[in-house]
Amino acid sequence: MVKSRSSVKITPYLMTVPMVVLFFILHTYPFLKGVFYSFTNWRGYGGWKFVGLKNYLYVFTNAEVTHSYLFTLKFAIFATVLVNVLSLAIALGLNGKIKFKNTLKAVYFLPYILGTLIIGFVFNFIFGTILPDIGQSLHIGFLSENILGGAHAWLGILFVTVWQSMAFNTLIYLSGLQTVDTEIYEAAELDGTTPWQRFYKITFPLIAPFFTINLVLSVKNFLMVFDQIIAMTNGGPGNLTTSISVLIYKRGFQGAQFAVQSANAVVLFIVIASISLFQLRVLEKREEKIQ
Amino acid sequence: MMEEKVMTQNPLKKRRKMNRHVNWTLTAVMAVLAIFFIMIPLYITVVTSLKAPSDMNNLLALPHKMRWANFSDAWQMTDFPIKFRNTAFITFVTIVFTLPLHSAIAYAIVRNREHSKFFTGIYYYFLSAMFIPFNVVMLPLVSQVSRWHMDNVFGITVLYIVFGIPMNIFLYAGFIKKIPLALEESAVMDGATPFQVFYKVIFPMLMPMHATVAILSFIWTWNDFLMPLVLLSDPNQQTLQLSQYVFQGQFSTQYNLAFASYMLVLIPVLIIYVIFQKWIIAGVTDGAVK
Repeated sequence: MVKSRSSVKITPYLMTVPMVVLFFILHTYPFLKGVFYSFTNWRGYGGWKFVGLKNYLYVFTNAEVTHSYLFTLKFAIFATVLVNVLSLAIALGLNGKIKFKNTLKAVYFLPYILGTLIIGFVFNFIFGTILPDIGQSLHIGFLSENILGGAHAWLGILFVTVWQSMAFNTLIYLSGLQTVDTEIYEAAELDGTTPWQRFYKITFPLIAPFFTINLVLSVKNFLMVFDQIIAMTNGGPGNLTTSISVLIYKRGFQGAQFAVQSANAVVLFIVIASISLFQLRVLEKREEKIQ
Repeated sequence: MMEEKVMTQNPLKKRRKMNRHVNWTLTAVMAVLAIFFIMIPLYITVVTSLKAPSDMNNLLALPHKMRWANFSDAWQMTDFPIKFRNTAFITFVTIVFTLPLHSAIAYAIVRNREHSKFFTGIYYYFLSAMFIPFNVVMLPLVSQVSRWHMDNVFGITVLYIVFGIPMNIFLYAGFIKKIPLALEESAVMDGATPFQVFYKVIFPMLMPMHATVAILSFIWTWNDFLMPLVLLSDPNQQTLQLSQYVFQGQFSTQYNLAFASYMLVLIPVLIIYVIFQKWIIAGVTDGAVK
């Protein structure tokens, strides 16, 4: 009896403690180390000494870093708005009285399961070779040049990001729309409301929680944009499309700016954590409402 | 399906259902958009991968003659078998370890949270870790991991298993909360040890969540690029995604070979998508909405 008592007590610890320790060693410890080194002048090797807030000052004043923040914020805002408007529209369409609903849903969801890097390479070819080819043969000026090589390169990256991210957001909106009882619409239709009124007054408030999930997940993902930029522009031309993550990667690993980029990563963490905290509060409020 | 069944049972709804005609205009719009935006890029990928270099002038046309040799050339050029083996190993082993380990953590937390500060602490620890993405820890992590000789397929697999914990235990915890205690209590009465209670009673009941977690883990590990990029420098340890990046320079303007190589990476995922499409869509929805 005594033996089984102690095994009852020990088992939950056996199930958790080893993995908690591993997680601490491989995730939390490097994170804390990064925070620590952000206050030093370490280059990733050799000696170091404390430099106070110098790295943070550099992050906030260096033109390259501030540019990457402005670019990433601009990109995240445009991508979030576009993805959510378009995927809500597609979800409304898929939720309509259409034929081949499941097939169409599967097609619209397909981009989600494909690797972002390869999608980036495919669109590289489309923007760099196919569209200029069409543009030249039809004598359309703006199509004749590779958009990724010019000042508007970010629009190419935006397009690819929207193309892929819509898949996930559409699915979430669709699952939200399916929770709405169709009888409400029928009743509203009998009352002589316009479709826009029905969407604005009935649909939207009911799918608001799904809107929140999508919005917050989108912002978070787009602030970390990396794969498609590496595939399509490698941060160029110049540093026009260098996002925060691309900068951390390039300068941190290749440019011997270990400490500076650690500070940059800490700032990125603060930005992302604030957004996630906001998400958590919204979700908790929602849970309270349900209870 | 379920909805339709309910509808036919309700006479009032049945009458409404007859009024429900298919909106063909909307169907056409949705189909055209799907073809134009989703299918054309995929069509381009497929036809380009099958063209001969001399056939590359007419970019959008079907190939004059299918050049299957592109695939064998790309296969050899990128060392496909090694990269495939590495990626399949990482994905498979990650899933095999993730399901029992993460569900056990979630189970221990859910069943002990109320009367134990320790488990409440773990819960909030993992919750806050969700705020720290890989991009933020990668700089210090890489130097630490290469010092410990974890910059290989085995090491990265361990990282995937460990980094998946926060997200997965929240998925499992939501599900476990709904399982009544009575089942476990009766198993204990029958003399089962706590481990047996978990693996024989609870673990099999979590099947729907195992499917979700397995699907999300598969999509994550198969398509991840950043972690292999910063960790796996030895060509024999590299993954499929990473090798596409590494060989990009060698493909140069041989787009047919590059696209054949992309196809080799996409085909396994497409096959799995076609077979498990319903589960994948349900799993991803579950993972986000929960």
